[in-house]
Amino acid sequence: MTGVKRAVNRQGARTLREAVVAAPVTVPYVRHSIRGAPWFFARALSQLLSDSGLEKSDIDGLSVGSFTLAPDTAIGLTQHLGVTVRWLDHIPFGGASGVVALRRALRAVESGDAEIAACIGADTNHVDSFRASLGSFSGFARDAVFPYAAGGPNASFAFLTSYYMREFGATREDFGKICIAQRDNALGYPHALFKRPLTLDEYLNARPIADPIRLFDCVMPCAGAEGFLVMARARAEALGIPFATVRASCERHNAFPDDPIQMRGGWVLDRDRLYGAAGIEPSDIDFVQTYDDYPVMSVIQLEDLGFCAKGEGPDFIRRHSMTTDGSFPLNTSGGQLSVGQAGCAAGFLGLVETIRQLTGRNLAREVPNARFGLAVGFGMITYDRGLCSGAAVLGRSDA
Amino acid sequence: MTLPLPPIARSRAALGLTAAAALGRFELQVCEQCGKVQYPPRESCERCLSDALRWRAQADTGELLSGTVVHHSHDRYFSERVPWRLALVRLDAGPTVLAHRHERCPPAPCRVRIGARLDKSGQGVLLAFPLDEDFNMTNDPKLCEMTCDPKSHAVLVTDGSTRVGQALARELLEAGASRVWIGFAEVGKQVPGLAELAAHSKVALVPLDVTDARSVTKLGGEIGSEVDILVNTAEAPHSERHPAGAGVDAARAEMELNYFGLLRLSHAFAPAMRLRAASAQGGASAWVNVLSIYALTNYPPQASFSASQAAALSLSQLLRAQMTPAGIRVVNVFAGPLDDERDRSLPPPKLKPAALAKAVVNALQSGIEDCYPGEIAQEWLARWRESPKVLEREMSQTLEVGNHG
Repeated sequence: MTGVKRAVNRQGARTLREAVVAAPVTVPYVRHSIRGAPWFFARALSQLLSDSGLEKSDIDGLSVGSFTLAPDTAIGLTQHLGVTVRWLDHIPFGGASGVVALRRALRAVESGDAEIAACIGADTNHVDSFRASLGSFSGFARDAVFPYAAGGPNASFAFLTSYYMREFGATREDFGKICIAQRDNALGYPHALFKRPLTLDEYLNARPIADPIRLFDCVMPCAGAEGFLVMARARAEALGIPFATVRASCERHNAFPDDPIQMRGGWVLDRDRLYGAAGIEPSDIDFVQTYDDYPVMSVIQLEDLGFCAKGEGPDFIRRHSMTTDGSFPLNTSGGQLSVGQAGCAAGFLGLVETIRQLTGRNLAREVPNARFGLAVGFGMITYDRGLCSGAAVLGRSDA
Repeated sequence: MTLPLPPIARSRAALGLTAAAALGRFELQVCEQCGKVQYPPRESCERCLSDALRWRAQADTGELLSGTVVHHSHDRYFSERVPWRLALVRLDAGPTVLAHRHERCPPAPCRVRIGARLDKSGQGVLLAFPLDEDFNMTNDPKLCEMTCDPKSHAVLVTDGSTRVGQALARELLEAGASRVWIGFAEVGKQVPGLAELAAHSKVALVPLDVTDARSVTKLGGEIGSEVDILVNTAEAPHSERHPAGAGVDAARAEMELNYFGLLRLSHAFAPAMRLRAASAQGGASAWVNVLSIYALTNYPPQASFSASQAAALSLSQLLRAQMTPAGIRVVNVFAGPLDDERDRSLPPPKLKPAALAKAVVNALQSGIEDCYPGEIAQEWLARWRESPKVLEREMSQTLEVGNHG
């Protein structure tokens, strides 16, 4: 569990120093691209440099999240992009890539293994990328999921959604409310691929995908990139660039393996220490960016991260308004449901939007007076459940 | 344009499920160290990391946690067949599994039965059935394609001169075959039982001598493009079975019939079946070889027959590999001693031809590919799987006892 560390001990010796996040960048999403993943990484890196005023040679740490970089991994990218780094990581953890990359980068900078770490999630999307990736996503998927109608994650989350609805009385209108609010948020975000409002009627009667999931419960795979820089607080101040602090973070993988079906994630086990290390309560959180591959998972994340009890998600949704100006701002740039899912970049989407909101560098509508934001990571359905869970509490630099 | 088939890729560990499903059995890996039942298939125990994982039969019941109907698939085969029913089941044995769902399953939550069968790619898949009904894939229009149900299909039985061939023809008609060609080598000869069958409106007697290349090729040219299911029942009459010690000419005659006969049939009929399967759904679906359990281990009192069966078995494995891309199931039926002229001198229990025929049709309706009908065949299989070498020694002892030569 990471908390804020003192930069210097009593003897004045350099000890772990505080690392912060800055330079939130997005390479605009496109539905399909003829470019390879390295092109998106290059665009992201280029933006990180122009945003921060740094030179490429200043980047001495790199964390990469990508599925379509294959056959290369992060190491091939160093030569492709012409960067020389002291710290290098490859984190193909889908929706958890961003939170995990952040955690690794914080430690690298805190310990002095890197001065400026670039964290980028990027994926291309050729016309048959998604279909081709499904059959080889994981050994368990190949053996025990793909042969069963090859519905991809849609079928897996249809099971969860149906079970959750039956178990806790959630209705399709409840999930629709989330999707509609996020679409409204997306209308204020220039990079969102969805440009029209979503009505409840459209949501309820959309094309069935896998019962009870319909079209607007599903993300749209696309190409794009998201990224940010991690550096020492002192360096950010010296550079004069806006930054946000990381109050606390957590991750846990393959939590609750004996649960027959996934109704909770690792956050249940980590949330108390997360908020404790951050020094705040859930009620201090001003906005939440859930990993919204499906609306049911957003609800589960809200329950597991302490905003309501397990099973009270439907009631919570009904009581709140989740638009940026509402009582519980959720996925303030639209979430991947309305922005698009650019592979591993979707795991960075929430963090990048959180940094924007907390540094006043919004591209989407601003959450007024936001001091603390929560970005959630989730993903990697290698068989029947998302194995990864993670979360980061970020704060405004003066909070 | 290739025929779309369900995803065929499986890890080596996962092929254990396929191997059991080939027999119609539902097995999962069990750790010999700690007893944990696991799924999906893997290399090491999920609990204790031991690699002593063995495939074992499991309780075939569970709780249907959730069902869905897939309307959109990323796979060509399934996108042509949506909407498709799936089940998420918590097995009583422990793991949670994804399975194809029979249309008669009630909605979740409910108890279901789980079976393992082969899909159209010949790979093992799990299926969820209603708890209190017999496993029946043929009454679900979607699952039916995993079977080789003879109903409404055209079948060739290669040799109707034996009681087995005739029992099969009768059983296939009973199962709803649209037509049955019965091969008959000795035209003009009166064979008991055959005349009665020939009178059936759906039956046609056709000249076929599998030891004669021209006969096989001629029939292949005439009906090959219409045969959906081929059942090879050709076997030597009793008088021509040869014991150990018989000469090379005797052995050659056995090979001519049982091995080269199959080879000739495969050349004449298999290509057309594959072509038809690629162009039309619901057409060519199966090739059945009625073999002997002695294909697995030589039975000295019928030594050259055993050897010819072993050759036929090996060839059938090639045929299976060739037919798989066309979605055609090659079914091997390993019969033990039969209750007929051939095995008259063997002690009971023996399999009645009607029982063998029923087992063949059942195998077609269940979509299994390795069938061991009757007590003797089942026991033989158990002994062979446990130790082929021990079975070999047991059989070599029959040579010393030798009252069947």
